[in-house]
Amino acid sequence: MNHNPQAWGRPRDDVYGAYNSQYLPQHHGGPSAHPTTHTQSPIVTGTSVIAIKYSTGVVIAADNLASYGSLARFTDVKRLKPFNRKAVVGFGGDVSDMQYLDRLLSSLDVQENYSHNNDDPEDTKALMSAKNLHTYLAKVMYKRRSDFNPLWNSLLICGLDEKNKPFLATADLLGTTYSAPTLATGFGAHLAQPLLRKAVPDEEASQKLDKETAVEVVRECMKVLFYRDARSMNEYSIAVVDEKGVELKEKEKLENQSWAFADQIRGYGTQTV
Amino acid sequence: MFRNNYDNDSVTFSPQGRIFQVEYAQEAVKQGSVVVGIVSKTHAVLAALKRNAEELSSYQKKIIPIDTHFGIALAGLASDARVLSNFMKQQSLASRLTYDRPIFLSEITSRIGDRAQTNTQQYGKRPYGVGLLIAGVDAKGPHLFEFQPSGVTQEMIACGIGARSQMARTYLERNLDEFEGSSREELIKHALCALKDSLSQDKELTIDNTSLGVGGIDENFKMYEGQDIAGWLETAFESKAEGEEGGEGMEVDS
Repeated sequence: MNHNPQAWGRPRDDVYGAYNSQYLPQHHGGPSAHPTTHTQSPIVTGTSVIAIKYSTGVVIAADNLASYGSLARFTDVKRLKPFNRKAVVGFGGDVSDMQYLDRLLSSLDVQENYSHNNDDPEDTKALMSAKNLHTYLAKVMYKRRSDFNPLWNSLLICGLDEKNKPFLATADLLGTTYSAPTLATGFGAHLAQPLLRKAVPDEEASQKLDKETAVEVVRECMKVLFYRDARSMNEYSIAVVDEKGVELKEKEKLENQSWAFADQIRGYGTQTV
Repeated sequence: MFRNNYDNDSVTFSPQGRIFQVEYAQEAVKQGSVVVGIVSKTHAVLAALKRNAEELSSYQKKIIPIDTHFGIALAGLASDARVLSNFMKQQSLASRLTYDRPIFLSEITSRIGDRAQTNTQQYGKRPYGVGLLIAGVDAKGPHLFEFQPSGVTQEMIACGIGARSQMARTYLERNLDEFEGSSREELIKHALCALKDSLSQDKELTIDNTSLGVGGIDENFKMYEGQDIAGWLETAFESKAEGEEGGEGMEVDS
């Protein structure tokens, strides 16, 4: 017996050798610690979000898939979150970070409803606009990247600005922001954006676009994304935001698919030759 | 020997249910020179009477622009108003930075209200000795709020606080119905008339002792002083002479 009570009852170093503390964290005697890294890459992810501005509002869509790597893990994940009657946020990237942001937006919504009670539910003047929400989310994203702990998402924020004009802008994990009449995140930036731009080449064209055409273009893009993006699925959510409010459908199926092109392409699907 | 044992701090009630420190703070507001505020459907106006400590000194500032869309007028301890106005400027800027939106007047008013109230409930603190009128325009239109040292805040159509402000309030009550539909110029005239009514016999409004602050829909809050208000001071009291009982001292200012 030695005279160090902390060592009593433990395996004796002179018999068993010193305890190997290699796997322990630093505060338990482990080796010098590395920074936490498990929050710094995405795990469960959502793919593209696409959106387009039209004359009086915005159309936004994203599919309902959350992938675990290349595994289609969850098929009922809603990636479009309405904030109020003037704004919808679409989330691409890490799903747990999306859930964190969703909670943040819920508390912001509660705060907004407490701080100035809108007696008239039809009165949207004092509501937080999509532009206000975009500024806020961009600050959140930039703050987190500056902490070296980014929220691994690409966001599209769409809806109406304070003058009730259509608004569409993006914010990503670096806090980068920009806006355009059509936007797409992830794979959609390569596959859908050219198709969206064909329909709406500039701001002027988006002011002339009607709602039906806008919805049609977005649905077509979702189809192309399903054809070519291996992390996508055939069920998606689509939302239209205009002065009447948010019209969100979360269980849309792709229609009129045509896979005729597929067997013409080498490397697409299983090749028999 | 001791006259009042219940006014040593702001956390002790008197047996009559009063908190003397808060009441004394409200007296400080009544010692300050008068300020008046009015809103119409389109504009919000502040008017203030400035005092100078002596003939050779400058005048104490009474209207402080906070953000591009609103400003405050103060009656009472100017140093306390400075603390509150700095806080309001910070909060306004924070709203613009994080949300890119001008802060709501109801929001900023309730924030200083909360701050002032905690001062009346914590040992070792004292209430602010200043009353404020907060006027300007936000997404919900023009607004006027009154703030008191107790932490009480109220939205007003027209309001006057400070020394002899009862006379100003009497004018405002008498003309209450006209304010809502008033134009910018009419509203300024009403504010100046109310201010004038509260003056003692030997005093009059001059370009040196009068401050004006005006905010409107699609119009930034702007403060007017000195030569900028000479025109209003000349014309404000002419047309009013026709009013039923405009009061006695109606000579036009130089």
